[in-house]
Amino acid sequence: MKLEVRPQPSSFWSYASPLLALLITVLIGVALFIALGKDPVKGLQVFFWEPIKSPYAIGELLVKATPLLIIALGLAVFFRSNVWNIGAEGQFVIGAIAAGGVALLADKSTGPWIIPAILLAGVMGGMVWAGITALLRDRFNANEILVSLMLVYVADMVLNYLVFGPWKDPNGYNFPQTKTFEVVTQIPRLMQGSRVNIGIVLALLGVAGLWLFLFRTHAGFRHEVSGLAPAAARYAGFSSRRALWLALLTSGGAAGLAGALEVAGPIGQLTPYVPVGYGFAAIIVAFVGRLHPVGVVFSAILMSMFYIGGELAQSRLGLPKSITGVFQGLLLFSLLACDTLIAYRFKLAKPITMPVATPPSTDVLKGAN
Amino acid sequence: MTALSPQIENPPGLPPRLQLSGITKSYPGVVANSGISLAVQPGEIHAVLGENGAGKSTLMKIIYGSVKPDAGSVAMDGKPVTVRNPHEARVLGISMVFQHFSLFDTLTVAENVWLGLDKHLSLAEVSARIEQTTQAYGLQLDPGRPVHTLSVGERQRVEIVRALLTHPKLLILDEPTSVLTPQAVENLFVTLRQLSAQGCSILYISHKLHEIRALCTACTVLRGGKVSGVCDPRQESNASLSRLMIGAEPPALEHREVRAGAVVLEVKQLDLQKEEQFGVDLHQVALQVRAGEVVGIAGVSGNGQKELLYALSGEDTRAAADAIHVKGEAVGKRGPRGRRELGLHFVPEERLGRGAVPSLSLARNLLLTRKEAVGKSGWLNRSALQAQAARIIAEYKVKTGGPQSVAKSLSGGNLQKFIMGREIDAKPELLIVSQPTWGVDVGAATQIRGEILKLRDAGCAVLVVSEELEELFDICDRLYVMAKGQLSPSLPRADATVELVGQWMSGLWSPGAHPAETTQTANTMEASA
Repeated sequence: MKLEVRPQPSSFWSYASPLLALLITVLIGVALFIALGKDPVKGLQVFFWEPIKSPYAIGELLVKATPLLIIALGLAVFFRSNVWNIGAEGQFVIGAIAAGGVALLADKSTGPWIIPAILLAGVMGGMVWAGITALLRDRFNANEILVSLMLVYVADMVLNYLVFGPWKDPNGYNFPQTKTFEVVTQIPRLMQGSRVNIGIVLALLGVAGLWLFLFRTHAGFRHEVSGLAPAAARYAGFSSRRALWLALLTSGGAAGLAGALEVAGPIGQLTPYVPVGYGFAAIIVAFVGRLHPVGVVFSAILMSMFYIGGELAQSRLGLPKSITGVFQGLLLFSLLACDTLIAYRFKLAKPITMPVATPPSTDVLKGAN
Repeated sequence: MTALSPQIENPPGLPPRLQLSGITKSYPGVVANSGISLAVQPGEIHAVLGENGAGKSTLMKIIYGSVKPDAGSVAMDGKPVTVRNPHEARVLGISMVFQHFSLFDTLTVAENVWLGLDKHLSLAEVSARIEQTTQAYGLQLDPGRPVHTLSVGERQRVEIVRALLTHPKLLILDEPTSVLTPQAVENLFVTLRQLSAQGCSILYISHKLHEIRALCTACTVLRGGKVSGVCDPRQESNASLSRLMIGAEPPALEHREVRAGAVVLEVKQLDLQKEEQFGVDLHQVALQVRAGEVVGIAGVSGNGQKELLYALSGEDTRAAADAIHVKGEAVGKRGPRGRRELGLHFVPEERLGRGAVPSLSLARNLLLTRKEAVGKSGWLNRSALQAQAARIIAEYKVKTGGPQSVAKSLSGGNLQKFIMGREIDAKPELLIVSQPTWGVDVGAATQIRGEILKLRDAGCAVLVVSEELEELFDICDRLYVMAKGQLSPSLPRADATVELVGQWMSGLWSPGAHPAETTQTANTMEASA
């Protein structure tokens, strides 16, 4: 067998590749469970059945999928313009800090206006953090991959400084955490008995908005061209600086919003454990979702399953929680491998003798036999 | 005349230097070579003639061992051989000079040659052998010079010398004259004839008919991957050769008296530092294009044409604002969109990646330069966009699956027709076209040239930058020549000869002639208007 370049990239495989990658991930997962002496059926159940078996479980699935989806939407815009923001985690943290700062201002008499203020603060925080990367890239041509990644660690330090220092809860028995936010700052939930909040609505609005922007507006077209063919963007007169700023501010704002929704939603205070890697996992979500707004919805749910499955595997199967990271890595790895099939196809390397003057179509048939 | 078997007198008793029989090679979806047979005699200069895509390059790569044929056999001097890679080809005495040079700009001539040779020689020995070879063939080349200081013709000499040092029995040249001035072509031919007289066989790949007729003693014509004829080019006319090459004669273009109107594009004292390390500085470039005339810029590529076009299109806005005027407005600082609003449209030489986004549909590619389907607040009207694309596809006879086909699925000629159509359909007042028919088959080339003339007759100002002198002579009313980042005075088509333009292509025009001549030409134009 050998790989052969396809005359045209296969659109079938650009959709089938994530599914094949998932299959390969599952197969390796089964092998892994067997090697660890666990029942593979039970293992798969924990990852793929437990998270959807009851309305409550589905709710938890969506709670985890929401930040992933929001961040991945922003990243999809970003990656489409061929600039690489891998610092969404840092923008998420700064968004959470800004939102937490606003939430801490609330007291018993604060009105519900505090919710939009919190969300706005989160968006602004993420934008400012991404804006540093954009500025350094724009003015000094600094590498945005390195800058955005390093800023993640700076953001973590800022968070630690605040929760260990000025923002520490005076009645918190010296735990590194802020006081629990007032009830009024709690992001409104969608229904009783589930932690799902309006974040999921915002995320789905984001899906629709991004889809319209990318496929129905001239601005989206300009943005896409700057990533696909920079020389064509220059020829057409589309500004690459504009694309850079737009991309960074959108994805930074989205990550910041996700951070705000987390701290004012499920978490309810700032702790050193706010960053759990959503910003990095969202990179995988964006790619597995083919950088397409609708595809990202599915991959966010899948990645959320891995998070929940990892936690369950810890309690039910006695496996370390890092199994989540293993599955994430496996998925990204197999996706990259499977994507080869978009541009290449396998061909049996049998010696093929072609009769001269036979039309090419029959030759192809013979080659396949 | 067009018998399918070689009819060249064999020197008695000597087998052909190279004999190909039944060579077949197919790629997914394309048969590049189908049952090709070809015989090259010792000391013969044998042309392989064909359009782009006729299978010439694949055939040469098979001979040189970089591509493996699916079927067929190769024999050298009567003995069957299997050439598995270029190294084996060189051992057998086959050398190749590629169309695109493989030289390191930062190394010297000798170092570059050394890289391609066996490692047992020292650099000094290589230098000495280069000098011997250059003297023997009358090629001027200093082994100690860094390659980036060499002209394109000199770079080609490096490649040829590198090939000659291996004492080849068969030398393959792939489109060697596309980068040369007419005088440099003459020099090359002298060298090649000398080689042939010493018994070295030469395979000369080209689509330029007059060169083949002047140089070669045998010719194999390819069409659609098959041999469409074998002949002695000295006995043929351009018409009979092109019939073999394309199956028909291209229709002649109609020419009309020029009626030039107002100045649409005026460039004055344009100076521009190069952007890239090995680019060209523009120096005091001045030119005028009037409504209703086609003005050509001749010259060997890499003499500043690329830089000039970037400055004219607005992709490079470093020029002084008043160095470039479009319809009387100083536009030097305006970007491409601002210039397009004034009616300037541009067709770049690179179609994929610059003139069109490879992975987007033809319909979406319209949006690069056209805004008719964009609503007030930036919303796209998709049905209008589809209809617009379908109309341009039909009007300019673009062969494609439809408006949804992605740009990279089109052949070079069809994509060029679509891009030309996109810009012409915008009703430009000034159209700038770079290499309009580069890599385009003869039928499409004729259509594109016809469209340019139609546009001129409709009163548009057209500026064409091309390497092909014949093309410029065909469609232009006036010519400039570009050399070393400078532009020659304007030359009316009637006064232009290949000799004169060729001389100017090496930068040899009298510097004093400039202001007087342009005024004079402009006056003549006005008189005829």
